[in-house]
Amino acid sequence: MKIDFTHNQSAHCENGVVSNLMKHNGFKISEPMVFGIGSGLLFCYIPFLKVNYAPVVTYRAMPGQIFNRFAKRVGIKIKREKFKNPKTAKARLDENLAKNNPVGLQVGVYNLMYFPDEYRFHFNAHNLVVYGKEDNKYLISDPVMENVTTLTDKELEKVRFAKGAFAPKGHIYYPTEFPKKLSLEKAIIKGIKHTCRDMAAPVPFVGVNGIKTIAKLIRKWPKKKGAKKANHYLGQIVRMQEEIGTGGGGFRYIYGAFLQESGKLLKNEKLIKLSSEMTEIGDQWRDFALEASRIYKNRSNNTALDKYDEVATQLEAIADREKVFFKKLKKAVS
Amino acid sequence: MKKIEVPQDQSSLNKVNSKELYYAVDENGEYTTALSSGWDPKKIALDNALEEIEQRIEDAKKRVHSGVTSPIEYYMELSKMDLPILASYVGFWQWKVKRHFKPSVFKKLSAKKLKKYADVFDISVAELQEIPK
Repeated sequence: MKIDFTHNQSAHCENGVVSNLMKHNGFKISEPMVFGIGSGLLFCYIPFLKVNYAPVVTYRAMPGQIFNRFAKRVGIKIKREKFKNPKTAKARLDENLAKNNPVGLQVGVYNLMYFPDEYRFHFNAHNLVVYGKEDNKYLISDPVMENVTTLTDKELEKVRFAKGAFAPKGHIYYPTEFPKKLSLEKAIIKGIKHTCRDMAAPVPFVGVNGIKTIAKLIRKWPKKKGAKKANHYLGQIVRMQEEIGTGGGGFRYIYGAFLQESGKLLKNEKLIKLSSEMTEIGDQWRDFALEASRIYKNRSNNTALDKYDEVATQLEAIADREKVFFKKLKKAVS
Repeated sequence: MKKIEVPQDQSSLNKVNSKELYYAVDENGEYTTALSSGWDPKKIALDNALEEIEQRIEDAKKRVHSGVTSPIEYYMELSKMDLPILASYVGFWQWKVKRHFKPSVFKKLSAKKLKKYADVFDISVAELQEIPK
């Protein structure tokens, strides 16, 4: 059976799944709207955790949070379920498909064979929609891919029961209840205020302070860790910032799109102006990535220390600018 | 970023005939989306990360051949895993997996445990016991 479901490509998987499921249920909600209302934007350095033997930074809220906040703020209800037994997980999926209900699934990336090999890491917080089954293959709408694809029973079970950090445990989710009319105005303001609060958090690892902490570390890396490790670490930061799903510039452009759409909806000129400033900040993040790549391109060479200082200074400039930015943004909605 | 500046460099996305979506502004400053085939700064970062893994695999292989570690560590690297990930796949404690890295311990592993590792790595038990030259 095949559910009449429209696949729209998105930048980020979680927003994309939510946006596509909302559209399927008759509510036209863009990806940036989901991201902004769900307060997806963030900067966070996670100390003590290493992935691929390098420190971890994230430019977005924890997996699942964006949808949860979005749902709460616009007044929809989500059903979420995790499973111990793959058989029960499959049965629940099939039940929903039989009821003509497309569902979101959390999956691991490592065994997603339609991804290029180079992108297959043990990352378990990917999201996709299953919208039917034909010729014994599940029909898959993966929002980051241009086109829809399929997975066999075995392939789908493997990615649903991937292990490691954020193990999906067959996680299935879908919206169950909707308000008569979706009112976005209040939700937008709540979402913006939350992001402003996160970015100004008075802890050294989160928001603007987190960016400064990372800048400080970058200055130390070449001396403390040697050129090879320093390059590897710097490369990982750029990957997190620019990897598929960010829409470019560590989600700053998606956020810019959200501010512009919200400004029009709320007839708030200030938000529209701040949107173009967010675009400029996104450009600054891109410049940082470009400069950083010039360093780690020659990974075996002993790169001059002042190059690391330069990119660290770039980051500090971004931190200062974002600090002012989120203060202005808070004022614009209060 | 302006729509016309959305990068169109080569990347491995070309292999699967896909492009990724960017948000960018058009000539009137209106936000829109655009597809990108790839961007060099991130391709270099990804290539470096993969090269790093290749080196780890090579290194593990050498250490298996010189009798310092067991094939489990080699296959762990080959599957892009680390100790916590492998431990959660086989369902043993991390210290236990680490112990199985010892060639002397590995030799005495029960058939059941060997099968568990082989299944996780998607290989046969025979392949697990003998790594490629």
